[in-house]
Amino acid sequence: MDFKLSEREELLRKSTREFAESEITPKIEAMEETGEFPLDLLKPMAKLGITGIIAPPEYGGVGLGYLARTIVLEELGRVCAAIPMSIQVHHMAIAALNDFGTEDQKKKYLPPLARGETMGCVAVTEPSGGSDLLGMQATAALKGDKWMLNGRKCFITNSHTSAYWVVIARTGEGPKGLSAFIVEKDAPGAKTGRAEQKFGLRGSNTGELVLANCEIPKENILGQEGGGLSVALKTVSESGRTGMAATALGILQACYEEAGKFASERVLYGKPIAALQAISFYMAEIYTELDICRLLCYRASWMKDQNMRFDTESAMAKSYTCDAAARCAKKAIEIHGAYGIMKEYKVQRLLRDAMVTISAGGTGEIGKVVLGRAALAPFQKKG
Amino acid sequence: MERIIVCVKPVPDPKDWDRLRLDPVTKTLVRAGIPSVINPLDKQALEAALEIKDARGAEVVILAMAPPASQPVLREALTLGADRAVLLSDPAFAGSDTLATSRILAAGIRRLGTFDLIFCGNFTLDGSTAQVPSQVAELLGIPNIMHVSKMELAAGKRLLVTQKIEQGYVRLETGPPLLLSFTKEANKPRFSNFLEILAAEKREIAIWTNADLNLEEAHIGLKGSPTQMADLLVRQRGRRGLRLEGSPEEMAQQLAEKIHQMGVI
Repeated sequence: MDFKLSEREELLRKSTREFAESEITPKIEAMEETGEFPLDLLKPMAKLGITGIIAPPEYGGVGLGYLARTIVLEELGRVCAAIPMSIQVHHMAIAALNDFGTEDQKKKYLPPLARGETMGCVAVTEPSGGSDLLGMQATAALKGDKWMLNGRKCFITNSHTSAYWVVIARTGEGPKGLSAFIVEKDAPGAKTGRAEQKFGLRGSNTGELVLANCEIPKENILGQEGGGLSVALKTVSESGRTGMAATALGILQACYEEAGKFASERVLYGKPIAALQAISFYMAEIYTELDICRLLCYRASWMKDQNMRFDTESAMAKSYTCDAAARCAKKAIEIHGAYGIMKEYKVQRLLRDAMVTISAGGTGEIGKVVLGRAALAPFQKKG
Repeated sequence: MERIIVCVKPVPDPKDWDRLRLDPVTKTLVRAGIPSVINPLDKQALEAALEIKDARGAEVVILAMAPPASQPVLREALTLGADRAVLLSDPAFAGSDTLATSRILAAGIRRLGTFDLIFCGNFTLDGSTAQVPSQVAELLGIPNIMHVSKMELAAGKRLLVTQKIEQGYVRLETGPPLLLSFTKEANKPRFSNFLEILAAEKREIAIWTNADLNLEEAHIGLKGSPTQMADLLVRQRGRRGLRLEGSPEEMAQQLAEKIHQMGVI
């Protein structure tokens, strides 16, 4: 086994870290206040290669793999998790289009997404819930040479900042009755609904997409008719869960750094509180969680790069890391004492952000359903 | 094509400066365990070179004198968009002062053959002497402008350079052959973009030793350095407290007088 990152990966990390510290930090206050994604960051992020990191070079991307993406998202999340939250969903749209799109669709939609000229989103969740995919109510029906879409999608990341939406809707009954579509935001009958005000990941836009007799060209179906469940599951499991996990990993790294710095500077009883065993145990726990999560996240992404099946590993990385980020943010706040709940200190934002990652991108519980199935598979009686 | 040589020095990462120690015997910085980064102002020099490359095409060559372990720093310079890098590295170079260093860099530049421009950072963070750029220019017999706070492109290979001086700024129109050293105001260095990180993997880092430069041992390293470190002291940063007594009004009066005495206002 080789746990060492390559020089390339270290350079990606360094470059992203420098970018995030210098370009994202000044935007955090406004993000926290307005709850809006800073669209002016899109161009500089595209210039670096962040928006198109997993898109193939022939479609304007960088063509790096998922391990590289995880490192980059982690570094962005270390500074402000709202940014990788939005970017990882943008990557989900790219992955869905790249995995299931026709040559014409890829040529049309991938370059502007990879180059950060606009954003993409993936719309699965409805007011009735996101975990119960088959309970989906949005419909699509073929009318002549157009698909007519009706329904409402909610809690959609990048809803109001995306020009291209990958929308899952019902075209028939049962699991084979779902299909995926590419909807352009200016399509007749397509509009955005309310923009949500979240308590964490404030700078990541979340909102509703409304499809009211929305007409899109017949060729805008993504993948096969009836293949929508595969589009949703593959995209959520591969790019969604690894992306969400990487975002939470960044939060966890920030927890470690903030807690470590504070514990070493805050003097009580004549010495830094880091010298107190109780505090050092907290630090040991955060440090260990960070390492566990990093290994889980890197392994899942590495498996994707090796073309291995990794749905169990991505679910494990996602559900464990997002939970651990919240646990460690709580510990980091406790290390800070009363300072930890003050808005001037970063740790309170880390807890708010971590809490949002738990239910986003497949809830922690759904992750555990996947893991429970995998854990018990060897013990199931055959036949 | 225009060729621009950018002199780069790997320096200890400023983020880890609180871990830097002075060796009481050798009077040198103990750098072990402290990661090296590109000297910050050298990034301004590189950015200026890359701006010329972007605008009218140029070959940008990184030149550094450093131990072989500094290669990642040169690799990073390549990921910013430089075309190739040369590392001048030999145990015989160790202990060089600014003059010996300048001789070694000038010899490296001569060995590279032709050049149009040489760009440097105005000073390095670890040594802070700001002597090397002028000495290199002198050894090569070319003009040298320090404290460049702005560089604009003019016709052909000409440049419009703004030089910061004590009284203000001087604007100069100039052209190759020329050495410029840049200040922090000169530009905003770019970040390494991912495509360049991939492309840089194919770019060469050559290592030249004194066998390539053929400098006399009496002119390089500790032996070739007229400057010898007599002593190096850590600055003690104590705070001088001033305790005022009396009623708030009296203390305010005392404070105002003190500030006045100090010439602050």
